[in-house]
Amino acid sequence: MTATHTPTIPPPRRLKPWNAVERSLAKVGISGRMLVLAAPVLWLLVFFLIPLAVVFGISLATKQFGRPPYSPLLTTEEGTVQLTLHLNNYIRLFTDNLYIAAYLSSIRIAFIATVITLFVGYPMAYAIARAPDRWRNILLMLVILPFFTSFLLRVYALTGFMRGNGVINQFLGLFGVEPLVMMQTDFAVYVGIVYTYLPFMILPLYTTLVKLDVSLFEASADLGARPLRTFLSVTLPLSLPGIIAGSMLVFIPAIGEYVIPSLLGGPETLMIGRVLWDEFFTAANWPRAAAVAVAMLLAVVVPIMLLQRAQSAVVER
Amino acid sequence: MAKKSTQLAIDTRPWRDTANNKPFVRIKNVTKKFGDVLAVHDVSLDIYRSELFCLLGGSGSGKSTLLRMLAGFEQPTSGTIEIDGQDMTEVPPYNRPVNMMFQSYALFPHMSVEQNIAYGLKRDNLPKAEINDRVAELLSLVKLQDYGRRKPHQLSGGQRQRVALARALAKRPKLLLLDEPLGALDKKLREETQFELVKIQESLGVTFIVVTHDQEEAMTLATRIGVMNLGEIAMVGEPTDIYEFPNSRFVAGFIGSANMVEGIVTEDEPGHVRIRSSELGCDIYVGHGVDCAPEQILWWAIRPEKMSLSREKPVTPHDANVTSGIVEEIAYLGDISLYQVALESGKRIRVSQTNSVRGNPDAITWDEKVYVTWSDSSGSVLTV
Repeated sequence: MTATHTPTIPPPRRLKPWNAVERSLAKVGISGRMLVLAAPVLWLLVFFLIPLAVVFGISLATKQFGRPPYSPLLTTEEGTVQLTLHLNNYIRLFTDNLYIAAYLSSIRIAFIATVITLFVGYPMAYAIARAPDRWRNILLMLVILPFFTSFLLRVYALTGFMRGNGVINQFLGLFGVEPLVMMQTDFAVYVGIVYTYLPFMILPLYTTLVKLDVSLFEASADLGARPLRTFLSVTLPLSLPGIIAGSMLVFIPAIGEYVIPSLLGGPETLMIGRVLWDEFFTAANWPRAAAVAVAMLLAVVVPIMLLQRAQSAVVER
Repeated sequence: MAKKSTQLAIDTRPWRDTANNKPFVRIKNVTKKFGDVLAVHDVSLDIYRSELFCLLGGSGSGKSTLLRMLAGFEQPTSGTIEIDGQDMTEVPPYNRPVNMMFQSYALFPHMSVEQNIAYGLKRDNLPKAEINDRVAELLSLVKLQDYGRRKPHQLSGGQRQRVALARALAKRPKLLLLDEPLGALDKKLREETQFELVKIQESLGVTFIVVTHDQEEAMTLATRIGVMNLGEIAMVGEPTDIYEFPNSRFVAGFIGSANMVEGIVTEDEPGHVRIRSSELGCDIYVGHGVDCAPEQILWWAIRPEKMSLSREKPVTPHDANVTSGIVEEIAYLGDISLYQVALESGKRIRVSQTNSVRGNPDAITWDEKVYVTWSDSSGSVLTV
């Protein structure tokens, strides 16, 4: 066989209408790549950063009657522009025990709920990852299935289970057990959070577990490790990225959770989301509510950054 | 690497004296089914201490399944496996005196080289100092002294292979199972590593069972080879037996290349056999007795290097063992040239010739008429 070595001449490039557009944009320094990046940046700017700045601005104002119900930051009076920043909203967060207690209680509840979710979710994710291929997608579908119903409806449905004459107590009554008080307790809040956020724990865990090479477990057994030792020394450390990702996805929204503690929790269930709601709608104190929100954001952003750093360190190792 | 014959005292080839030697690994009538699929069918095999036994077969031949049953990752559907006289049926993988080197190496990615090697030792709860000594010893055995603190992903393929070997040897197993140990290495590295593997095996005296699909690897490494086909053992023997005296058409065709023709027995004497082959276009005179009957149809196989080419018709006794054809293709491989000769029947045979003359201008070339000849003990008569 003789290879033909005729040089191929590239066909003349056809000028399409957008070529002209592209070139004129390039003249002012805008490339196609920038346009693609612009869309998400614009989205974040309009729907996240600007509102955040507005909330931050409100948090530095003070409550007043009228519309809007807070004092302006900038006032013009006889030719002088005056910037008034009220820090008392933030000072109040530290001096009033209610807020600190609410923050600590939110973090505690979110933390405990995350740990419970991890303990419930890990075995499920593991079982799905080790299930035969044809079962795996069905099982994953079952995990995601609750999302087809509104979150609010599902939380309401839980009250039907846990209230005084609910399903659980009726069932226990068959055996002569006194009705248990479950509603309006922290217990109900934990049940609500774990139930609602379980898929967010299972999915990242599943994706890390399903990628693990089965021969690693076999190698561990082959070297004399019993199943529990294999789990602790091989499976668990290798699924750490999934554990961190899943925990973040549960912990962060759980801190600011409002619906679950108000529907299932009792008066003593103190969570920052409820405090925020009360400040905003009951006390109509927008600046205070804004300060609570900004402080909560900081309380959430700091753990995110710490966890992310931990995760990238794990991945690097 | 086959052992030098001078090193071979009788006791180093225990399989030749089964009456006085107890097998170390005894596989008895083992069958394994996955659902309806028969992966391993009624395999019986005895492997002796310090052997380097190769299970050779194509994909789906059941060789890996057999190895996994030895390691304990699969349970035989029926039959038993004994290691060192102990029935292994009920013994889980973590209690077997067996270690395995995985095809993918299966190194723990979150542990350093040292931690990988120490993993098995820690499971035995050895004192820390002893573990450290043993790890250092193994690292020097596989020549990776300076790599102990690296992670597997910081190593090259060949280095990972050596870590996997060191880890598998760490617990001084009585039996080491190797699943395609050199499969992931490039050709050059594979050749070097083969010899290293044999050296390590000989110096430690561990029994190795190696699974491979690469016949060259099997020939180089093994003391004995078990050729597997469709879940059954087709032949067990030393590399020379397998190559020179195949017991079936499958083995003859699977190992190396072989020319195979059909023929009919015309003379069946205790001292010789004559086979008429219309495919070959001549009679085949075999200089030893064969277990067959006159008029029986059988096959005759011959290796390309066992035949020679000439332009003149050579004189052969018994009016047999010479045929002629036209050279169709020549593959020049440097040390040898491979000729494809088309016989009158249309059958194509391959003959290899050593290129002993440098740049031979008189070499046989395309479209020449040539005579092909062989001696009366060169081929193998195959009845199955």
